[in-house]
Amino acid sequence: MVNANLDIKSQGTGLLDVAKIREDFPIFKQKVYSKPLTFLDTAASAQKPKQVLDAERNISETCYANIHRGVYKFSQDATQAYEDARETVRAFLSAEHTNECVFVRGATEGINLVAQSWGRANISAGDEIILTTIEHHSNIVPWQMLAEEKGAIIRVIPVDDTATLDMDVYANLLNERTKMVAVGHISNAVGTINPIADIIRMAHSAGAVALIDGCQAAPHMRLNMQALDADFYVFSAHKAYGPTGIGVLYGKQALLDAMPPWHGGGDMIKTVSFEGTTYNDLPYKFEAGTPHITGGIGMKAALDYMNGIGFDAINAHENALMAYALDALSGFNSLRQIGTSKDRGALISFVMDHAHPHDIGTILDRQGVAVRAGHHCAQPVMDHFGLPGTVRASFGIYNDYGDIDRLVAGLHKVNEIFGS
Amino acid sequence: MAFEDISLNDVLDTFAFIDDWDERYRYLIDLGRQLPLMDEAGRTDAFKVRGCQSQVWLVPHLSDRGCLFFEGDSDAHIVKGLVALMLLIFSGKTPAEILATDAKAVLEQLDLKGHLSPMRANGLFAMVERIGVIAKSYE
Repeated sequence: MVNANLDIKSQGTGLLDVAKIREDFPIFKQKVYSKPLTFLDTAASAQKPKQVLDAERNISETCYANIHRGVYKFSQDATQAYEDARETVRAFLSAEHTNECVFVRGATEGINLVAQSWGRANISAGDEIILTTIEHHSNIVPWQMLAEEKGAIIRVIPVDDTATLDMDVYANLLNERTKMVAVGHISNAVGTINPIADIIRMAHSAGAVALIDGCQAAPHMRLNMQALDADFYVFSAHKAYGPTGIGVLYGKQALLDAMPPWHGGGDMIKTVSFEGTTYNDLPYKFEAGTPHITGGIGMKAALDYMNGIGFDAINAHENALMAYALDALSGFNSLRQIGTSKDRGALISFVMDHAHPHDIGTILDRQGVAVRAGHHCAQPVMDHFGLPGTVRASFGIYNDYGDIDRLVAGLHKVNEIFGS
Repeated sequence: MAFEDISLNDVLDTFAFIDDWDERYRYLIDLGRQLPLMDEAGRTDAFKVRGCQSQVWLVPHLSDRGCLFFEGDSDAHIVKGLVALMLLIFSGKTPAEILATDAKAVLEQLDLKGHLSPMRANGLFAMVERIGVIAKSYE
């Protein structure tokens, strides 16, 4: 069972009781080069609490069996646990219907599914797909592949010097040929929180469908599909304290119903004969093959864990960390932040004079500080800023001011080594 | 000291003498800083080494006596030090000598496998691999 941490908000600071939370994360018992692990790469993959690890192991030890087909008790129990996870996802997303939540390998697969299924059925030559400069490659390449196949055109919403979307340009890009607007909720590379409610509303006014890549939002904020009116929304469990290899594609029922299946195989059919095959109902129509059973159940545990802490508390915690980190980093003349949008997620992307991002990442690593250095699978935004890459420090529920102090100490070492 | 005057043995001796990881990095970075400036003409995709997270170039030149000399550069300081190390290991050898050189053993002697992040290590091995491919093409 998942034990929600209900009493872990420490007094006054806005920070969670990190010492208590870390007890839930076995990874923090590890030392790196005999130093405590300072993990600032949650935006790539969050660490997993024991509640998730236990859920994955528990299902394997107590009722592991293929789901949706067994007549025996184990299989039925496993099926129940897997479908309970889907209901938890529905509640997490405030979706209207449980069958609007399709389990996929991750956000990347979710976007590919929409591009290949909805896209192939609805996009023709000359149609337009709108993306942004700050998209992750996963929300660029599937659309490029579709556009190439169909002769469609990709349009891009540009950003200003702070990495904020130019909404006037977006308004001008929308026209009767616009069929799809695919935008990230929060940029993984520069942290910008995009005004997706406006983006979706404007897309709908132009008669287009909107897909939101919610990978960086799901671990940090309360989501409500019905209020947002998103047509499609995707996220990956591993960025939300859950397992890898599992994620969610949310889609409005009417849209999903009208879409042809993508992958063919078991579980997605009603009847098969060589004369013809009839497809299963939602969401199974899009879930061919035996799914990631333990992953789905682990994902439920992760969502339960976050809900147990509460998103108001998570928000307050991350806002406090960001304020502390921004203040601490402002002391470095040699450091330049990339992405200074007014609304930002819990990450800071930066470059430094004298040292390449990989130099910085290497020196920090040696001090037990894990950051991401590189283009963050978002080369167009790196090109926009004329950079080969940045260093990215991203925060989660298990980070505290001490982690930021160690980052700062590490950066002083970088300055010392590379000369500043 | 000019780069031509540094030998691989100097580097091995110095590394053996330094205990601190940051001093080792400093030494590696210094080594990179002493690399002769690479001819701009070599800064093309053709000479870029793939598999490195930062940008790395290695440009071969064959001497009249059949030895391969390399020019190299990187936009990251530590990687540039590794490029310098590659040149110390391989530059000036015949293609046959290059192919017979066990670079991995040298890198292990320098304890670089343990002290460089995996991505960086990949870049290092990508460089070794590229030099091998070049040597083969001249063999």
